[in-house]
Amino acid sequence: MPELLFSPGDRVLVRDETPPHHHRTPWYVKARRGIVLEFIGMYLDSETRAHGGSGLPELPMYRVEFDQTELWPEYAESPSDKLWVDLYEHWLERA
Amino acid sequence: MSEGKDRGGFYDTGWQPAGDVHRDEDGRPHDHPGLQEDVVLGVRASRALAMHELLVEKDVIGGHEVDDAIELWSTRVPSNGATLVAKAWSDPEFKARLLEHPKETVVESGFVPEHNADIIVLENTSTVQHMVVCTLCSCYPTALLGPPPDWYKSFSYRSRAVTEPRAVMSEFGLELEEDVEVRVVDSNSELRFLVLPRRPAGTEGWSEERLAALVTRDSMIGVSAPLSPDAVQN
Repeated sequence: MPELLFSPGDRVLVRDETPPHHHRTPWYVKARRGIVLEFIGMYLDSETRAHGGSGLPELPMYRVEFDQTELWPEYAESPSDKLWVDLYEHWLERA
Repeated sequence: MSEGKDRGGFYDTGWQPAGDVHRDEDGRPHDHPGLQEDVVLGVRASRALAMHELLVEKDVIGGHEVDDAIELWSTRVPSNGATLVAKAWSDPEFKARLLEHPKETVVESGFVPEHNADIIVLENTSTVQHMVVCTLCSCYPTALLGPPPDWYKSFSYRSRAVTEPRAVMSEFGLELEEDVEVRVVDSNSELRFLVLPRRPAGTEGWSEERLAALVTRDSMIGVSAPLSPDAVQN
């Protein structure tokens, strides 16, 4: 088990990158700020697995919460609404 | 799968080509009793049949695998999830375990998560409504809810669920107060999410079986509420 870079409550910024390979980070959270809810486990790296690799070593994954108003500036439904998404550690940096 | 069932069971649905010769795994032709000889295959059915036969011939799959897969899929139905929800409504200890150790509890209950996927159960309360989407594709807890409905895979749902979830829920008949927090959960990684909806009022003393009849597939995706007790009276 590697040392985890983030803990629950940490504010994080999702990297604004568009690698040419398969990745699971939705575009709409890139360059957006959220809060780490929890470390959810070590998971095979889908980015190498999608291209014939083993997905090893497993990477830390976190559940990250975003305010809907952070994701969509025109969001008008309710200011308390949230979005959760699970992201690999290497997509996150400290905000 | 029962012994003696024809290997071509998948195709025993009335769309056999006239005069077609099927082969066993050892390459020998075999008969298909009960075939309708006069059925003309459509393009897709012909293609599926040809692919199936080639895959068997090339030893990529065994002769039973398509039948076995169909049998497996026939066990993946929304009533699996409804059983768990009704039990959670009735048994606080079970509910606590389902929320705390969802995958273990699902397996103990006799269900087999697809691809051995992890499962997370999200509890709706009077102040929080969870709603599940997979914006990248169609990740879905099929072991508990069966195959996803077409709308779940549609571009429209996958985009609107994250940009205007309340409008989407409203179209499914669910109007939320503004002080209820909506949590849209984008299921794009290795986990599958099941929503544990709120137990409808007026169901005190109901058996798990009666309760399960109120638990709709859509309420376990989080786009709507369970049925009201009135809906299943008598």
